Amino acid sequence: MKRGKNHARILSIAAMAVLGTTLAACGGGGATGTGGAGSATTAKGPIKIWYSNNAAEVKWGKDMVAAWNSAHPDEQIDGQEIPAGKSSEEVIGAAITAGNAPCLVFNTSPAAVPQFQKQGGLVPLDSFPDGAQYIKDRTGDLADQYKSSDGKTYQLPWKSNPVVLFYNKDLFKKAGLDSENPKLSTQSEVLDTARSLVKSGAVQTAIWPSPSSDFYQPWFDFYPFYAASSQGSQLVKDGKSTFNDDQGKQVATMFQTLYKEKLASAEAYQGDSFAEGKSAMALAGPWAIAAYKDKVNWGAVPVPGPQKQDKSYTSSDAKNVAMYSACKNQGTAWDVMKFATSQDEDGKLLTETGQMPMRKNLTTTYSDYFAKNPAYTQFADQASRTVEVPNVSNSVQIWQTFRDAWSKSVIFGNQSIDDAFKGASDKIDQLAGQK
Amino acid sequence: MTRPGSTGAPLQVSNLEGKGPKGQRKRPALLGAQPLGLLFSAPYVLYVLGVLAFPLGYAVYISLHQFYFTAPGVQVDRPFVGLDNYVTVLSDPQVQRSFINIGIFLVINVPLTVGLSLVLANALNRVQKLRTFFRVSYYVPYVTASVAVVGVWLFLFQQNGLVNSLLGPLAPNPSWLVNSWLAMPTVALYVTWKQLGFFILLYLAALQNIPDELYESASVDGGNKWIQFWNITVPGVRSASVLVTLLATITGANLFTEPYLLTGGGGPDGASASPVFLMYQKGILQGNPDVAAALGVVLVIGVLLVTLIQKRLVGGKED
Repeated sequence: MKRGKNHARILSIAAMAVLGTTLAACGGGGATGTGGAGSATTAKGPIKIWYSNNAAEVKWGKDMVAAWNSAHPDEQIDGQEIPAGKSSEEVIGAAITAGNAPCLVFNTSPAAVPQFQKQGGLVPLDSFPDGAQYIKDRTGDLADQYKSSDGKTYQLPWKSNPVVLFYNKDLFKKAGLDSENPKLSTQSEVLDTARSLVKSGAVQTAIWPSPSSDFYQPWFDFYPFYAASSQGSQLVKDGKSTFNDDQGKQVATMFQTLYKEKLASAEAYQGDSFAEGKSAMALAGPWAIAAYKDKVNWGAVPVPGPQKQDKSYTSSDAKNVAMYSACKNQGTAWDVMKFATSQDEDGKLLTETGQMPMRKNLTTTYSDYFAKNPAYTQFADQASRTVEVPNVSNSVQIWQTFRDAWSKSVIFGNQSIDDAFKGASDKIDQLAGQK
Repeated sequence: MTRPGSTGAPLQVSNLEGKGPKGQRKRPALLGAQPLGLLFSAPYVLYVLGVLAFPLGYAVYISLHQFYFTAPGVQVDRPFVGLDNYVTVLSDPQVQRSFINIGIFLVINVPLTVGLSLVLANALNRVQKLRTFFRVSYYVPYVTASVAVVGVWLFLFQQNGLVNSLLGPLAPNPSWLVNSWLAMPTVALYVTWKQLGFFILLYLAALQNIPDELYESASVDGGNKWIQFWNITVPGVRSASVLVTLLATITGANLFTEPYLLTGGGGPDGASASPVFLMYQKGILQGNPDVAAALGVVLVIGVLLVTLIQKRLVGGKED
């Protein structure tokens, strides 16, 4: 038996030695140097890009790549859809860590940028001589929202999907409501209309925002209304949370009432409740126009504030373009970034996807398009008054903290809004203050 | 009383202890008496080291440092922080809640799994007609992807689902999956149902090892079916019961997909959030792998302790 023990001991020591070696290797750190600096920014050659996987954007992406490749035989683009995953952010984050991220991703969420930046995965666009000026000239003052805390810009503001309040005209008519000029100008009118819709039996659920706990869900319930109420305030401003104020609590109370009176459902809907006529209102961007076409006789109004207002704000639901530090030929990548966001390509993006390029004077630049497609004009007008997620460290954790407080108090009513918002606000102040 | 076969033991023991013909102790060979055995086991040892031991060791390392994933070549400080991440994890109310949630899940899921799979395996073992059909029927949910089967359960347990329609005024309010008290038990029922086929197979295999003579003897002595089941079947499959209990506990403690899909993330106000779900949130989504790793290590230790206790309780003296 002793001998057996000795063997076990020898094997254990061997295993510990292997483990120890690997752990020591882990602690050793990586090689020196970071991406994104020096000669890489001028290097030219083939590059790889990822674009979103929805059909309209895939078409735009393929056409854009073909147009570039035909004119640049020595700097070919290898374009593909973002690999499948639970979310684009997870896939990109893993690719950064593995060192195989593409040069450009035309679907970078602003909320994920601080994390990618912290990972050393992004190239500051200011490192290109014309980088800052190009962004300023194309997007104007709205671009300031996308600057990081170190003063640099790691993302090119590309396209927004200003969130508005869609409503189903047929269901409104069925409920005996005015479907052409619906009473949806204030938050209290939204509540009254929701009550009328359900009480009339036209629909069981007036509005059905996703009740899931995902960190990004506030962008499609709380944030558009808060932007409208606060005339464009971000969730965090100057390192402090803003939502624990009268406007924030008023929005929360409106939604709490919707859930409490069963005008909204606390259960997730499997599918698109608005497209399937299961809810009469929905918060969505212009992408939804194509999705609702031939399914819903829809109308849309700006997201209302507490009082009637002429020029209201909303959340942007933007997706941007970022350059990743694994890119060898960053000179080409920067040229492609400018080509893909040129006036011509932006026009094609608008035509093919209905999403709003984030450039100044959108309605006048593409006046022909908006004349032919008046349904999109409202979104173009709204695009100049959008609020982005705050570009602060721990961005995802901040949104998750807010969402958890929202779920607890607003959706499930297990805590008062005052207490939940106070707790979330304190925690978010702490998170926003961390580096 | 001497156990059969014990007469040959002294000679084997003598050899194993390495004594020579004159009773002198041999020096143990460095690679053991059967060096070839090491060669045969090497692939598995390498697998265990590479796929299990290294990630576990790395997780412990991460949990003891301020750590986040970076692009290759990016140098960042990863200072040793001792048990700070563990303090963060253990003082987090969400984490505490997730362990309570998983406790509720295990209390429902493990006994149900053991009980139902044993009873059903016993019944299936006696069925003469349509045996294959029944075995396949129980096994199908196990081999079907959760994403597909969850749709059926959502259809059953949603507010306007079949179950609530049948219950009428007795339907819970809020409904099953958005009810803080019922969400986790519903998930536990779903997982029990889904995994039952696998555990039934384990029990069916174990049942084949019980000699028919024991049942015949019991029958001759006047023992009814219940007495036979309790005094022959249950002790006869004890080793399988230990395995089923441990596997159900380990898979249950690592719960992620089912509550994620059924209850939309953490469920009603975090009532179905599991430790692994929080690891995913903190480690992958929020970029805090150090805290997530600490949570993982706590979970591993917790599961080891629970399974150790279960092994003692269910295994009895035999184990």
